[in-house]
Amino acid sequence: MQILISNSSKEAIYIQIKNQIKEKVLSGELVEGDALPSMRQLAMDLHISVITTKRAYEELEKEGFIYSIVGKGSYIAEQNADVIREKKLTTIEEKLVEVIANSKEVGLSLQDIKDWITILYGER
Amino acid sequence: MEHAIELRNVHKSFGSFSITDLSLKVKKGFVTGFIGGNGAGKSTLIKMMMNLLQPDSGEIRVLGMNYKENEKKIKERIGFVFNDATLYKELDLSDMKKLIAPCYRQWDDRLFHQYCDRFELPLRNKIKSFSDGMKMKVSLAFALSHHADLLIMDEPTANLDPIFRREFMQLLHEVMLNEEKTILLSTHIMSDLSSLADYITFMQKGQIVFSKELHEIEEKYAIVRGKVELLDGDTEQYFLSITRTDSGFEALTSDYKAVQALFGNEVIIEKASLEEIMYYSRGGKADASIN
Repeated sequence: MQILISNSSKEAIYIQIKNQIKEKVLSGELVEGDALPSMRQLAMDLHISVITTKRAYEELEKEGFIYSIVGKGSYIAEQNADVIREKKLTTIEEKLVEVIANSKEVGLSLQDIKDWITILYGER
Repeated sequence: MEHAIELRNVHKSFGSFSITDLSLKVKKGFVTGFIGGNGAGKSTLIKMMMNLLQPDSGEIRVLGMNYKENEKKIKERIGFVFNDATLYKELDLSDMKKLIAPCYRQWDDRLFHQYCDRFELPLRNKIKSFSDGMKMKVSLAFALSHHADLLIMDEPTANLDPIFRREFMQLLHEVMLNEEKTILLSTHIMSDLSSLADYITFMQKGQIVFSKELHEIEEKYAIVRGKVELLDGDTEQYFLSITRTDSGFEALTSDYKAVQALFGNEVIIEKASLEEIMYYSRGGKADASIN
């Protein structure tokens, strides 16, 4: 499992780890039952403190992405279909907001965007 | 046993220096970074943890035991690394090892030789020919070769070049793969801590200013810059220390969220480094809680 962290990012390192693991789950790169590296192994590999990886894992567990077995390790949990749908909808909304902002910048009207989407949607 | 080291109501004074009613817990299974300026009392505290100094009063427990009854047991399980290692200068490393190894029941000769290889330490050269960095490596090799559960290090990286310093940090990460191990390390080099320490204990003038999880410090402390006009009797209370110049003020807060809510976009708020926290706390208060 590859995780890339940035020390200069405004985002705390544990959040970066959390988000990257989440993305891997949502994209299907990690699936139910996959084992995560141990907190201590990951801390060593990323040159960060154990408590940072511990926090990332604890939050992932709270949000239902992973589960841990004492003495064994942490694994990807079964994902609830509704939860995944909800998350995808959020992503779509974010992208649409971006599309609208960009469209306004170049002076496209709502009708222009609708027409364009209709064409693209029909093609797929 | 949740704590590797526990100090309770410790008092110690000599000359003009004194530690009064100090209590501290070092969590087992984690790395605690021990910071503070020169003369803050870090080394005195470390010496008491090692029973090289005895407190005037108070209780010290290490690995769940006290020194009165279990001195030998405790010391066998501690690896001690300090920047001014006491080594016999006329001996070579191999003879030095013959002196030290019998002190530990769990001495691991194979491991010791592995470290000597890894650190490129010559076994047959007299120790007086070693550089400061090499002496530190010797000290480290001895500390790591008897499967100690607790590593206590007093400014271990001070004499190390940047390349070996990195290797040293890597080595400590390897030690921490085992959740039974605990490291307490004092240092002036803050970058060492952000990549390794789980807890930070800050000492000043014989007192513990704070002992906190690294994240708590990162989330609560911040450097704030803004126009001097924003400061008045009320707003100043949010800061631990304020520097005013003609071009504005710079201040440290330990309540990031409150400052953000109060000033919004009128000020610049940045993460405070450990250096900045130490520098701005030198005047006195370091943990203002605003109610």
